[in-house]
Amino acid sequence: MRGPPHPPEAAIFSFCADPASLEGLKWLSCYLTTVKHANLYIATGTVLLLLAITAPTALAFGFGGAIAARSRIWPLSWFGKGYIAIVRGVPDIAFFLFFVIALDQLFEAIRHKIKCPTWNQPIWQGNDFVVCSAAKLPLGNDPQWVHDTYGFMLAVLTFAIVFGAFAANVLYGAMRAVPRAQIETAEAYGMTERQTFRRILVPQMWVYALPGLSNLWMVLTKATPLLFLLGVEDIVYWARELGGSANARFTDYPHGDWRMWYFLALLVFYLGLTKISEVFLERLMQRLTHGQATTGGDAQRQAA
Amino acid sequence: MSCWQTIQDYGLRSLGYGERLLPREGYTLCEHFTLIGSGLIWNVYFGTVALLAGFFLATAVAVGKGARNPVVRKSSEWFIFIFRGSPLFIQFFFAYFLFLSLKSVSPIFDAFTSAWLGALVVLFLNTAAYSGEIFYGALRSIPRGDVEAADAYGFSGLSRFRKIIWPTMLRLAWPAYTNEAIFLFHATTLVFFSGFPAWQQRGDALYYANFFADKTFNPFVPYPILAGYFILLTLAIIGIFGLINRRLNRHLPQEARRGLRLRVNVIR
Repeated sequence: MRGPPHPPEAAIFSFCADPASLEGLKWLSCYLTTVKHANLYIATGTVLLLLAITAPTALAFGFGGAIAARSRIWPLSWFGKGYIAIVRGVPDIAFFLFFVIALDQLFEAIRHKIKCPTWNQPIWQGNDFVVCSAAKLPLGNDPQWVHDTYGFMLAVLTFAIVFGAFAANVLYGAMRAVPRAQIETAEAYGMTERQTFRRILVPQMWVYALPGLSNLWMVLTKATPLLFLLGVEDIVYWARELGGSANARFTDYPHGDWRMWYFLALLVFYLGLTKISEVFLERLMQRLTHGQATTGGDAQRQAA
Repeated sequence: MSCWQTIQDYGLRSLGYGERLLPREGYTLCEHFTLIGSGLIWNVYFGTVALLAGFFLATAVAVGKGARNPVVRKSSEWFIFIFRGSPLFIQFFFAYFLFLSLKSVSPIFDAFTSAWLGALVVLFLNTAAYSGEIFYGALRSIPRGDVEAADAYGFSGLSRFRKIIWPTMLRLAWPAYTNEAIFLFHATTLVFFSGFPAWQQRGDALYYANFFADKTFNPFVPYPILAGYFILLTLAIIGIFGLINRRLNRHLPQEARRGLRLRVNVIR
């Protein structure tokens, strides 16, 4: 025996020093705490981070879109309505694949115009997209984490654009669902249009928007594995990497093709996420219904 | 090369007929339209077959979820929860690797590792779960008067279900079900991005659109073409489902017939 052909893998538990002698649960606990697996756990964090950033961003986009669609200035209203309409008839995944390239090229073209004004060749040369090296995003000599972050930010922006359109649709409907009498009362009190919007319309619209937004949240959580298609090393990527057959020559923990089990674990992870969201959103609905002029609000008043 | 020639060469490329190699250079607009359109055959195939087969399972699941027997009810609930609560993308991956491991157990599963059957099974179960939930909601909102009238006429058991409850359920569920159908056709674009191999580069519309975008670094041509095709497909679905909706509501007074109000959804 020539000793291990690869450097030993760092371990958290002390009993993991000699993996070959382990069995059963002990082996599994050592296997699941290797450094390689940390990538999978970090990727899980990436998914949650994506959700945490994208949800408010998309809501902001949606809010902007809804206000634009309601605007009396017609180019703005057309833009808002067009934004809502166009994202809806087409498979979202096509949008994801499209926006990632399109946004990247847009940013690079803008930087190209600013940073290299002396460049006289066209950006589009046949089938090539060419910008000067100073305009490249990220710069060729940037460290790896800048590349990763840039890819992630592009993904967030893409998600926000697509889901913003859906949120805009929901909020647009919710704003119109607020009873007309509430607005008229505000006007009768002498509030300006802006005050009415801020003090009456926006606080009251959430209860009408919540069913649609909860649905959107569910859809958003289930869209997160598509990060994989956008070139981010996410949980799908690592499940495929770690699950593939591991040869004894390269690791202390050889195993066959376990990708099925890894994806089963992901399935369970998402089911858990769904269940938690359901419980949380139900509570939020209870809170928001409180004191509202809806049947749900009436039911709460009667129960109290 | 004329466009007509291109259509002859690549019109059925996604099924393996015509030119063996994909275009290598030039990438004319005609090639874009032909190949992406050729790929659309797969989207239509997956969507149509999954929808037709899923319809029956969905009815069964909806009735099962409303059943009094706890075993039937619980299993229907879990079926719906599992397929609606997890991303379709992960379901595809899981199914593909599951079939891959089963292949070593029995050669029966050979066909399941290719997209035409394996992905179809996943889409079938998935749409059955989503439609099942829609049908269940409709079953619960059937007017009590309808069922009482059926009882008064002496309908019972299967004939009551088939003649009264089921048509009413369909009528109530139809707008949401149309939505689900559109949604399913959009979801078919995930197939070739989720483990299932596009054997000999026979892929769906998005597969070819992605192929062109990768080759030309220009997303502004293939993706809008794909979008155009899908908008046409969506309009066709709305048209067909609208006709069925008219037939389902044909006994109602004219003004009570509502047109389909549509709310298109996102990814599942």
